[in-house]
Amino acid sequence: MQPTSDTFPENARAGLANDTLQQALAMARTGFPLRRAQAVARLPEFEALREAGKAIKDHTLAHLDFYLEKWERNVIAAGGQVHWARTAEEARAIVLGLCRAVDARTVTKGKSMVAEEIGLNDHLEANGITPVETDLGEYIIQLRHEPPSHIIAPAIHLVKEQVADTFRGAHGALDPARPLTEPRQLCDEARDVLRPQFLAADVGITGANFLVAETGSSIIVTNEGNGDLTQTLPRVHIVMASLEKVVPTLEDATTLLRLLARSATGQEFSTYTTVSTGPRRAGDRDGPEQYHVVLLDNGRSKMLGSEFQPMLRCIRCAACMNHCPVYAAVGGHAYGWVYPGPMGAVLTPSLIGIEKAGHLPNASTFCGRCESVCPMKIPLPAMMRHWREREFAQRLSPPAYRSGLRLWAWIARRPALYHALAGLASRALGWAGARRGRFRSLPLAAGWTAVRDMPAPQGRSFHALWAGHQAAARRQ
Amino acid sequence: MSEAREAILGRVREALGRGPVPADTAAQLEQRLSTHRRNLVPRRAAVLDPAGRVELFVAMAEEVQTTVARVASRDAVPEAVARYLASENLPAELVMAPDPVLDDFPWAERPLLHIRRGRAEPGDAVGLTPCFAAIAETGTLMLLSGAERPTTINFLPDTHIVIVGADQVVASYEDGWDRLRARAGTSGAQAMPRTVNFVTGPSRTGDIEQRIQLGAHGPRRLHIILVEDEGRTEDAQTGASR
Repeated sequence: MQPTSDTFPENARAGLANDTLQQALAMARTGFPLRRAQAVARLPEFEALREAGKAIKDHTLAHLDFYLEKWERNVIAAGGQVHWARTAEEARAIVLGLCRAVDARTVTKGKSMVAEEIGLNDHLEANGITPVETDLGEYIIQLRHEPPSHIIAPAIHLVKEQVADTFRGAHGALDPARPLTEPRQLCDEARDVLRPQFLAADVGITGANFLVAETGSSIIVTNEGNGDLTQTLPRVHIVMASLEKVVPTLEDATTLLRLLARSATGQEFSTYTTVSTGPRRAGDRDGPEQYHVVLLDNGRSKMLGSEFQPMLRCIRCAACMNHCPVYAAVGGHAYGWVYPGPMGAVLTPSLIGIEKAGHLPNASTFCGRCESVCPMKIPLPAMMRHWREREFAQRLSPPAYRSGLRLWAWIARRPALYHALAGLASRALGWAGARRGRFRSLPLAAGWTAVRDMPAPQGRSFHALWAGHQAAARRQ
Repeated sequence: MSEAREAILGRVREALGRGPVPADTAAQLEQRLSTHRRNLVPRRAAVLDPAGRVELFVAMAEEVQTTVARVASRDAVPEAVARYLASENLPAELVMAPDPVLDDFPWAERPLLHIRRGRAEPGDAVGLTPCFAAIAETGTLMLLSGAERPTTINFLPDTHIVIVGADQVVASYEDGWDRLRARAGTSGAQAMPRTVNFVTGPSRTGDIEQRIQLGAHGPRRLHIILVEDEGRTEDAQTGASR
């Protein structure tokens, strides 16, 4: 998809003014955090598991070449094939080639963020192959020609009435008078419509939550069972994965799995965790005849060794966006590409460039909730700050902002001057605002006061209070 | 595309500031791979005795809408299957994994139970499989694919019935991996069946307004028949003699 991250402010304003979106987001912002908190409270070892998980990923990234080669050897030993792709374009070409090799006409898909990242559906469609998304949320947004707005709940921006309208439009052969008022009815209809697609598909494409070096396995985690039908029924199974998904052993993957569902949906364990190793074996009565993994770089090797390396620990649980006040206010589409929320604010500039995604690391209050819930302890606010620094260094931010920042930095590095000016400003504002106690508008701060009042400073500054406190302590 | 492969591995090494990992490091990493060292395993199930593990397994499974019927011995299984199907108003007809471990259950005592052995086909309403292990920690079933255990039975029918022997219940996923390696007598890719399915409850989705619906694409019902006094159902999968 064409990124629209460069118009984040306009996207965000549209999101804030969209009543239906706000209704949908209101349901999300309470549910996910509550369920995660309950799951965490039930597992006394959760904090220690976060440390263990982080250590596994850090170890793997430090020896990434070794583990990727080991994993590849084991995939081949199990009868599978690995296809390395430097770019989205190479990955699309590989998948198309694999589909064409078996004259594929329809392809079922389990949810894959890597497939979203490379724009796989559009490419297949443009080449006469019909991709059918099978995750309920992905299916809904495919019918609506929309990108996902969340990495684990792609249709979270919709209410059930919108889904019903979409289904009535898309499933024209069904009785127009059928009731579609409840999620149950919508879910059943999708099940009925998609079942024949599962059975007819020539190729099944899934993502991968983890790749296991020890065994050459790929692991997917789903609740619906769509991923399993997708990879079991067609003749060919293609796994879309990226470099950083590899972990050393089954034990390591297990530790990360204990963190994943609890952080994502608050489940103890997702309904289906499936470990796949190679194609159908001699004597097997079902399963794919071919097993391929497309291994995508697309900018990740550039993050390695940089200040953004910790982002490669991400296991795509979505806890950061589920706990983000900005995401909860504007929704995922405002971020303008496939990865929204705090993880998107760090990852998107790495993958499509800071010049196109500069707004995203700025769209944060730095409240720190994302980092506090991240199972991999990724310092998301610190990395957003790194992006702001790079944006400044590359002269990408607006001139007025840059000169303002430079002026502030010049003053802030001269404490005596800073305190004098800050004291002056605070006294002046305190005097000017004494009557009302707040300001409706302020020169140079219209962006701030347009949507809220600025309280007038009262009494002495923190610095003055602190100095007094220290002096009093010395006297005692 | 070996050109892409070399380019990516080259970039990774450049980013890490080194060439291929030195021999002594590689030996350490190989060692780490082959020892299957466990990371932190929660105490929840590890501290329990076998009976406690079974109780925890049942409680955790029921929490995620799995239903559990407990029977004394394998002789009672066919009746329990028939009773369950009747209670759910389901036809007395099922597809059963062609696993020999299920052969010497007294199915003939329920002549009205129509059983077909093989993979699942569209239209099969009920599937029945053995399991390899049951993880007490989260009420999770561990199922292995194979010629005698087609995975379509786990996903296509609306109802999935699983026979679990009490001594198949282990504390953790790690215990399951150990059993898997012991069964194969090896580790690595050679120890792995095509798929290992961990199943925790019936299929579900929360994709519409986060309201959980069971039976999204996989089974709407998951029913476990727990055989209290034996573990022989495990033997065929582990290859042990009876």
